[in-house]
Amino acid sequence: MKKTTGKQLITLAVSAALATSVSQAAEVEVIHWWTSGGEQKAVTVFANEFDKLGADKWADTAIAGGENARSVTMQRILGGDAPAAAQFNLSRQFEELIEEELLLDLSPIAEKEGWKDFVRPGNLLAPCVKDGGVYCVPVNIHSSQWIWTNKDVFKKAGVAEPETWEDFLKVAPKIRDAGFIPLALGGQGWQERLTFDVIMIGITDKPFWQKIWKDRDLNLASGSKMLEVFKTFGALRQHIDGGAPGRNWNDATNMVITGKAAAQVMGDWARGEFAAAGQVAEQDYGCIPGPSLRPFLTIGGDAFIFPKQEDPAVEKAQLKMASMMLNQQVQAKFNNAKGSLPVRDDVDVSLADACMKKGLALLKDEDSVIKPANTYLTPDADGQIQDLVSTFWNTPAMSPENAQKQFVSILKYAD
Amino acid sequence: MEEKGAQINDSELNSEVGKTVESAEKKPGRKRKRISFSALIASMPMMLVAVGLFVICVGYSILLSFTKSRSFPRFNWIGLDQYERLWNTERWLVSVENMFIYGVLFVVICLVSGFVMAVFLDQKVRFESGFRTLFLYPYAMSLVVTGLVWQWMMEPSLGIQNVIQKLGWAGFEFAPLVDPEIAIYGVLVAAVWQASGLVMVLMLAGLRGIDMDIWKASRVDGISTWRTYLFIILPMMRPVIVTSLVLLAVGVVRVYDLIVAQTGGGPGIATEMPAKFVIDHITVRNNVGLGMAAATMMLLPVLAVIGPWIYREYVSPRKRS
Repeated sequence: MKKTTGKQLITLAVSAALATSVSQAAEVEVIHWWTSGGEQKAVTVFANEFDKLGADKWADTAIAGGENARSVTMQRILGGDAPAAAQFNLSRQFEELIEEELLLDLSPIAEKEGWKDFVRPGNLLAPCVKDGGVYCVPVNIHSSQWIWTNKDVFKKAGVAEPETWEDFLKVAPKIRDAGFIPLALGGQGWQERLTFDVIMIGITDKPFWQKIWKDRDLNLASGSKMLEVFKTFGALRQHIDGGAPGRNWNDATNMVITGKAAAQVMGDWARGEFAAAGQVAEQDYGCIPGPSLRPFLTIGGDAFIFPKQEDPAVEKAQLKMASMMLNQQVQAKFNNAKGSLPVRDDVDVSLADACMKKGLALLKDEDSVIKPANTYLTPDADGQIQDLVSTFWNTPAMSPENAQKQFVSILKYAD
Repeated sequence: MEEKGAQINDSELNSEVGKTVESAEKKPGRKRKRISFSALIASMPMMLVAVGLFVICVGYSILLSFTKSRSFPRFNWIGLDQYERLWNTERWLVSVENMFIYGVLFVVICLVSGFVMAVFLDQKVRFESGFRTLFLYPYAMSLVVTGLVWQWMMEPSLGIQNVIQKLGWAGFEFAPLVDPEIAIYGVLVAAVWQASGLVMVLMLAGLRGIDMDIWKASRVDGISTWRTYLFIILPMMRPVIVTSLVLLAVGVVRVYDLIVAQTGGGPGIATEMPAKFVIDHITVRNNVGLGMAAATMMLLPVLAVIGPWIYREYVSPRKRS
């Protein structure tokens, strides 16, 4: 018995040593929150393209909900069991991970491929760069300021699609009378916050947006214009349905697709759901930027970070993955499936549908481009705003004045 | 060999006990037990874990609550600022209130329903094992599954409300999760459904452990069945009740997964809980300092309950006759 065990042990050790020296294949675990139908198609593009590159394998860890996924990533990095790659919003969310030197510096490959030259708009890469190092890969550009409509429902209700928030509040009762839900909303904190931000930029303009979030102008924040934002936001409460709380965004999109609801306020990632349902832009469904006579779009987006790993084989695979995500063809395929805009200019967008073209046209003008609030605020302050907006939305008894007062005090102490 | 070893250990143990008894007899005022060396060695890992995990980690967490740590622990002291902010944060206040409402109701309802179900099964009903499995079954489910199942059942346009309304009762309403005022009770229903089976099993075991002679005696005295249960059997089951209470109370303080799965803390912040506040702040909100201040506050009610108990059981000189 003992002899064989010894022999087996030696064989095992030898084969293990051989295995490590011969095969350099690594599993690269990727945490992301792309779980809806359209999103899954997009992430599969990444996984397939990566697997094609060699023996390394894309190991998928999909976690529903951005907050949940980011929370898992942070816990695992803090606990010393970091995934090889993880999705974040292109924002300040991973700022401290960079400062603590927990992320792999991608600058060798970034310089070789010239990321700075082709990633656009110019400052898109900014959250990734710190002291000359490049620590994340932006993979797409998303804008949040869109209303998605079901053309058929508007026709049946006999009203025109709204161009401004004022319009929407006017036509909403008629849609309700025709037996449809005017606004499909997923009652989760981040979706309520998204709607709030869309209304804010929808009834104000770019200087106002920047003064509030970037400069934290407290006078402006406590002024009448900001109060109007809270009032307009509150007025929307009566136009949703009772089942909204807790609903996922794609379930709300599905209400518009199936004709139960007339419209949804959601980022351009909703386009992927309409496409996955086989609908055609500006025929079956409409997309209205703003809604505002002078629409502005945020250029947010998703980015991947690559936490440092001990295994050099994994590190090699990480660099390979980063390069793959920015590859010209991959960018085209991925963004077509996702409904987002590519991060480089030289990508073939002839496949873009009517809605994407609207977005591309707006993005060409630097003046219509704004940055999302979370690029200016820490996750802590941004989260406090979200809690406030969500509380206000779900507490009709709370006065807009009271909400505004709390809003100002959060901005005052935000760092 | 083994037997001999056991004997030696036994005799050692006996002599230890003998010595303790002797010393106890010599000094009746102070009982000092001598701890045997082997027992010390054996309990070492457990002690290390207890000290390492509980004392050091809890101390570290408390220290961090006085710092301005964001994503990572850093010792940049700011005094009590985090606590000041914590108690001015609406979401924390709602969380604390929720924990008290949920905690008290959860423990009381689970104990009562568990006892009633146990009494029911104690009547020598047919298919007892079938019922027992049925009642205990929810406990085999994780809180995440429980939360999701009840979320769907309480969904107004898909769940129970919709089914009953379609059957003809148009006015029927059962969708607590969409109303911020009562959403916490929706969570409570799911939690009770999950946990009361466990209490029932514990209670049933307690009931079965009662001496049959007591039943005979009460029958001879002509005491009605329900009176016997309430005034004779129930007081005798104190250990079982205390066990259930501790198990349930622990579940209350750490409730997190149920909330995440069932409501995500919503609508708004109506069903937020302290544990979720802590986890959110040390992860996605990048504010370890505030999260640790909240965690320290969570420790207080636990100490307030366990402290007096430890004193009574271990420190107080009048312990046990």
